[in-house]
Amino acid sequence: MSEEFPGYRGQALRFLKKAGAEIGDVIRVTKDGEKWEGILIPRSEIGDEKHIIIKLKSGYNVGVRIESTTRIEKVGKGIKPAFTPPSLPKQKAGLPKVAIVSTGGTIASRVDYRTGGVRPALSASDLYSVVPELSEIAVVDTEILFSVYSENIASKHWIETAKTVTEHIKKGVAGIVVAHGTDTLGYTAAALSFALQNLPVPVIMVASQRSADRPSSDAATNLLGAVKAAAAAPFAEVVVAMHETVSDESIVFHRGSKVRKCHTSRRDTFKSINTSPLARMEDDKITMLIKSYGKRDPSRKLNLKPDFDDRVALLKFHPDLNPQIIDWYVEKGYRGIILEGTGLGHVGNYCFSAIQRAIEKDVVVAMTSQCIWGRLDMNVYDQGRDLLAMGVLSLEDMLPETALVKLMWVLGQTTNTEEAKRLLTENIANEISPRTLHEKVGY
Amino acid sequence: MTVNYSKIGLKAGLEIHQQLDTREKLFCSCEPQLFKEEPEFTFLRRLRPTQSELGQVDPAALFEFQKGTRILYEANNETACLVEMDEEPPHDLNREAVETSLIAALMMNAKPVDEIHVMRKTVIDGSNTTGFQRTCVVALNGEIDIKGKKVPIQHVSLEEDAARKTGKEGQLIRYRIDRLGIPLIEVTTAPVIYSPEEAEETASAIGRILRATRRVRRGLGTIRQDLNVSIRDGALIEIKGVQELELVSQVIENEVKRQLGLLEVRDELKKRGVKREDIIEDFVDVTSVFKQTKCKVIAKALKQNNPVLAVRLTGFAGLLKRELALGMRLGAELAGIARFWGRVGGIFHTDEMPAYGVTVEEVNQLGQLLKKKSMDAVVFVTDTSENATDALKAVTERAKVALEGVPEETRAANPDGTTKYMRPRPGAARMYPETDVPPIQLTKDYLDELRSRLPELPEQMMKRMMAEYKLNRKLAKQILNSEYLDLFESLGKETKVSPTVIAVAFTETLKALKRDGINVEAITDKQFRELFSLVGSGKTAKESILEILTWLASHEEATADDALNSLGLGMISQKELEKLVDDVIEKNRELIEARGKGALGPLMGIIMKKARGRVKAEVVSGILKRRLEESLS
Repeated sequence: MSEEFPGYRGQALRFLKKAGAEIGDVIRVTKDGEKWEGILIPRSEIGDEKHIIIKLKSGYNVGVRIESTTRIEKVGKGIKPAFTPPSLPKQKAGLPKVAIVSTGGTIASRVDYRTGGVRPALSASDLYSVVPELSEIAVVDTEILFSVYSENIASKHWIETAKTVTEHIKKGVAGIVVAHGTDTLGYTAAALSFALQNLPVPVIMVASQRSADRPSSDAATNLLGAVKAAAAAPFAEVVVAMHETVSDESIVFHRGSKVRKCHTSRRDTFKSINTSPLARMEDDKITMLIKSYGKRDPSRKLNLKPDFDDRVALLKFHPDLNPQIIDWYVEKGYRGIILEGTGLGHVGNYCFSAIQRAIEKDVVVAMTSQCIWGRLDMNVYDQGRDLLAMGVLSLEDMLPETALVKLMWVLGQTTNTEEAKRLLTENIANEISPRTLHEKVGY
Repeated sequence: MTVNYSKIGLKAGLEIHQQLDTREKLFCSCEPQLFKEEPEFTFLRRLRPTQSELGQVDPAALFEFQKGTRILYEANNETACLVEMDEEPPHDLNREAVETSLIAALMMNAKPVDEIHVMRKTVIDGSNTTGFQRTCVVALNGEIDIKGKKVPIQHVSLEEDAARKTGKEGQLIRYRIDRLGIPLIEVTTAPVIYSPEEAEETASAIGRILRATRRVRRGLGTIRQDLNVSIRDGALIEIKGVQELELVSQVIENEVKRQLGLLEVRDELKKRGVKREDIIEDFVDVTSVFKQTKCKVIAKALKQNNPVLAVRLTGFAGLLKRELALGMRLGAELAGIARFWGRVGGIFHTDEMPAYGVTVEEVNQLGQLLKKKSMDAVVFVTDTSENATDALKAVTERAKVALEGVPEETRAANPDGTTKYMRPRPGAARMYPETDVPPIQLTKDYLDELRSRLPELPEQMMKRMMAEYKLNRKLAKQILNSEYLDLFESLGKETKVSPTVIAVAFTETLKALKRDGINVEAITDKQFRELFSLVGSGKTAKESILEILTWLASHEEATADDALNSLGLGMISQKELEKLVDDVIEKNRELIEARGKGALGPLMGIIMKKARGRVKAEVVSGILKRRLEESLS
């Protein structure tokens, strides 16, 4: 691999170097009496080393195989695109300030039609130019905290994000938008729900399921919804703002402690589980869907509790689960295990002794359900009662992922196991719903 | 008017799009079928123009977006999945479609690329849920022979068909996504076609090659021709969606006339001394003129509190109604532009006044308010203030361009061979890679294997048609140009009907029916098979084919047997026939006495007419001869 020749290696790279052609240059490839002329384009990482890609005059890319008889000549120097930003929209006066913190995931981008590259637009002026409507909603301040793929986000990033949000709140913004990739957005949302207590203003997490380079992307709509809510929503909670359906009609705000990514690809991938979304925005109007919520109050003092202990496991029970895995966690010094049990909260009795050993070693063991929807009840069957008697905690209707994040946070707050157990079962950020309502389950 | 095309520098190129007959769509496993029923579900979207790295946005696209255009997509579960909804990434490129397009490419001597890369071509009119069309070049630099001239084939591409528009209500456009994703092959010629006839011959030759792959779909809308046409001093005009091959030459003829007409308008304006600065965006509210109007359109608009706005086009009197080409006038061009940019239903102009219930008195008042002189024209429009203003802005802009001649634009073909304004020409090709679809490498072995089993070329097929089915040259050519070629061949083999009879049915008969407005597209393969099986087994005569086809075209679920029974076209029994012959002999005594055996011919004619195809001529002639002899002796 080469930095000047992204994606190219081996034979193709040697030929290109010999020809002295750079990405963006016009080259002519001669082979078997055929001539191919076009702009040299970067190759995808998964491509082999036998082909180079050129963009024909018509705009199409084609791959040309390099053989021993192939000749490459550079026939023209590439013209580097000079970006002339369109004039920025006029900023409306007297608008609230909103901070946009990006952690990765692209909420806006531009396409380089010459090389096919897609570049993220992250600065405030970039955002205004790509999503000009923003200038009518808020004065935006942007901060690029990190550029991390969602699946690479870890608890250290949660801590960093929570601290950054706090700084912006201290500066007096009307609300904060946190842009994040969708894959682990639910975990981060839960983490912020516990770390940022007593919020004076809303913290709106936002993402997109279709990349921002395409005209059909949900990114801009979600971003606009998020910024509007940050600027003006009546609530002051950590929420996730995403499409409610597959239509570009409404944005819903899910509580950070009750939200889960439920679809690999749909725009409405995020669902509030075992509760209603907190609010909906349609035609620019926000409607609260839950009566009791944390209200916006800029005078309230934020309580930042950004500590997490990463020695917590989330273990999904399945037939033939080897109980030695539980022993392994204990040996490695894990302080907590969230079990994702079956149905109302069960695991096979062949795991009982390992669980018993963990609890005896002061490991906090708690139960959630792999059913996703519904509430645990470990009193219904013998084996549930046996687990309760052993000291396994029942986490009601808490999401397994939220339970994991919560236990990490709890163990970051206290070293006392009994105190940790108490905190884990206490409703801190609406992660436990007292009532299970009759709601639509699934899509 | 006869036009000397080489003198005016006509240059035309073709883009032929043909749907491929694959089992699945191009990027998912949905059935490539359309549905007629009500949609099972709908969803609403907006498409936002993406900015290029250079900071540019397509102005037409941006305009549509800013005006709040929304798209309602209609779908059912049989013909669409999350891929068409842009809710799931595309699956791998359909290899069956790749193969068919390569076969066609090789038949046109094009060179397959070593590696196929799928691109995204930005299209944000809503016809693609993604905001782009997925397309890839599979081969380059082919050529075909048109009467001894080599016409270069620049590209053979494979692309996904777009969703089909089913309606528009204000700012809401409806599209049905059943068609989205059906594989299309696109064949692009170089712009080296110099006459309308040559264009039609080229289109027809490409169509024959595509059908010769025997893997293309049939029916209305499965083949579409796009044309680009320019003349010297004119402009490059893209014409989209010519659905009938027969229209290609006519569309080009009309386009040439339109461009020549616009050049004449330009010269006339110059002669009248009209300058750019004479055409001013000064829109006057003339609502008061129409307070008592009898014009229904205006009265209705006024009831909705919409204003009537007007603009003066200095020096344009008489030019708006001038016919540029058959049915195409400058006034209609202005209306097309006003519709696009102003979302209005249409415009009025003084060249066509008084009309539509607008009185001379109203026209005079309008003229006074606008300070119209005799050589000026006034365009007026009624809609919301915003729409009317946008419409008149577009009208004045277009009027200024008339001083320069022909503007570049994209036009849509009408079924009568004329065209109408569609949209401004999109900027430079906005293509970037479709990174969700891995490239496909074409190996030498694979291509050699394809080369070894290429289907017959149309010329070879022509010879075989004549030899194997004893078709005459004309009929053989017609059947090669027909979409029913495959069906013809299979029926020619499986029924006892003479291939000539089948070929005539598929070409001349269907053409005649179509001309009479019969929806022959509705007749299914199954119905054709039943019909020829009835003819082959002697249950009806070939003379009833036309009538049965007519009936079948309007009876979707029915069988050919039903047609036979309903039309009473079953064969006449021997007894019935003998009675018919006797009746005819009885009634034509005088003729028989006068002409003796010579009466056989005329009598045959009378009987066949009465039997309406329910009997074979040789049977009639046998009986008639015998009875005639009996009656003479």
